[in-house]
Amino acid sequence: MTTQDNRASSGLVLPRYRRDDVDAHPPLLSPGYKSTVARAPQHPLIHLPQRLTEVTGPLLGEGRLGALDHDLTRQHDGEPQGQRIIVHGRVRDGDGRPVPRTLVEIWQANAAGRYRDARDTWPAPLDPHFEGVGRALTDDQGRYRFVTVQPGAYPWRNHDNAWRPAHIHFSLFGRAFTQRLVTQMYFPGDPLFFQDPIFNSVRDPKARERMIARYDHATTAPEWALAYEFDIVLRGRESTPFEDEDDDE
Amino acid sequence: MSERLGVMPAQTVGPYLHIGLRWPDGPYVVPEGTPGAFWIRGRIVDGTGTPVVDAMVESWQADPDGRFDHPDDPRGARPPALAGFRGFGRSETDGQGWYRLLTVRPGSLPDPDGGTEAPHLALSVFGRGLLHRLVTRLYFPDEPAANAADPVLRSVDADRRDTLLARPASDGFRFDIHLQGDHETVFFAV
Ligand SMILES: [Fe+3]
Repeated sequence: MTTQDNRASSGLVLPRYRRDDVDAHPPLLSPGYKSTVARAPQHPLIHLPQRLTEVTGPLLGEGRLGALDHDLTRQHDGEPQGQRIIVHGRVRDGDGRPVPRTLVEIWQANAAGRYRDARDTWPAPLDPHFEGVGRALTDDQGRYRFVTVQPGAYPWRNHDNAWRPAHIHFSLFGRAFTQRLVTQMYFPGDPLFFQDPIFNSVRDPKARERMIARYDHATTAPEWALAYEFDIVLRGRESTPFEDEDDDE
Repeated sequence: MSERLGVMPAQTVGPYLHIGLRWPDGPYVVPEGTPGAFWIRGRIVDGTGTPVVDAMVESWQADPDGRFDHPDDPRGARPPALAGFRGFGRSETDGQGWYRLLTVRPGSLPDPDGGTEAPHLALSVFGRGLLHRLVTRLYFPDEPAANAADPVLRSVDADRRDTLLARPASDGFRFDIHLQGDHETVFFAV
């Protein structure tokens, strides 16, 4: 028995989420991405054993969704410019269990690489028919599906001639505070990966690959839209103290 | 047993988080007019003392009875007695780096190791330049006995503990978040 066990003198037995591998996420200080330098904490993070607050979390349901929130091509009277795409996938935990009924939020630039945000002022056209914001709830098998347009690459001022590879921002809640995740989905074969410090902040090449969607010809809709599959894995659970009791030293 | 899958890496929310994550009711953990509700306001500043204008704070907390309406609360999921209580808040920072949350004080919580956790909020901080969210906790300054017994506060060096304590303000509490510097807020790995 270790003191890390959430076994309880109080009689409360909580699930426990596995700690991520050190290389699974980018280091907070990644100097190639310049704004991390003044924003990454300098003290090491303090290990917090998971308690009630961490193993629970907001279960935000249907009430937050409008009928067309998952279809970014039908939120206006006209259709947005650009290549229409389907983005779909499964949300699972680290043990392969589907994460059902969980909110997935996305946002992205338009086909020309411009965000509908007052702070985005580079001279690419806005599209009057594109907000670039979507929401969906996973189904009982953890599946989600969006219809949108292929986002464009866009420049930023991080380094000389810096361009972000095309990407869609994803935000997920999972079922617990520990599982909260914000990430970005990239497209296969993007020629801009080599110079992007945000994509490359993930040091493990296998982990980096997970952020690249797969072109999905089987789901591509004839004469309508290309499809990409983007599966998302959130943290898995440790087996409970009782399940691994026999293995305890 | 089941397969073990590699988790999806985190990435920054980037500078345009406002378009994707703005909820009109985001800052309202409880509806306006809820008895006992107060504002928590604070500023996020970086290591150069500059307010962080492209960040977002999310909060998660127990209800006033110390319960969670969630299946993994081993005492049983229980809808809050307080009408409109969501437990969750979300606030982007404004042009001066301020966030705000309207909430009520959570109850104390039983700790699995046998003690009691003082009333607290769990906070996540997202922002441009943050490749992974930061996690911290907010405690209340007028709970000295409960705070002194809190297992999480006790795990933090005494000279940094006060970065987790809100300060009284005219309509509630103030809780600034320092990403770096002499008063760097304590951040946790959960
Ligand atoms: Fe972006």
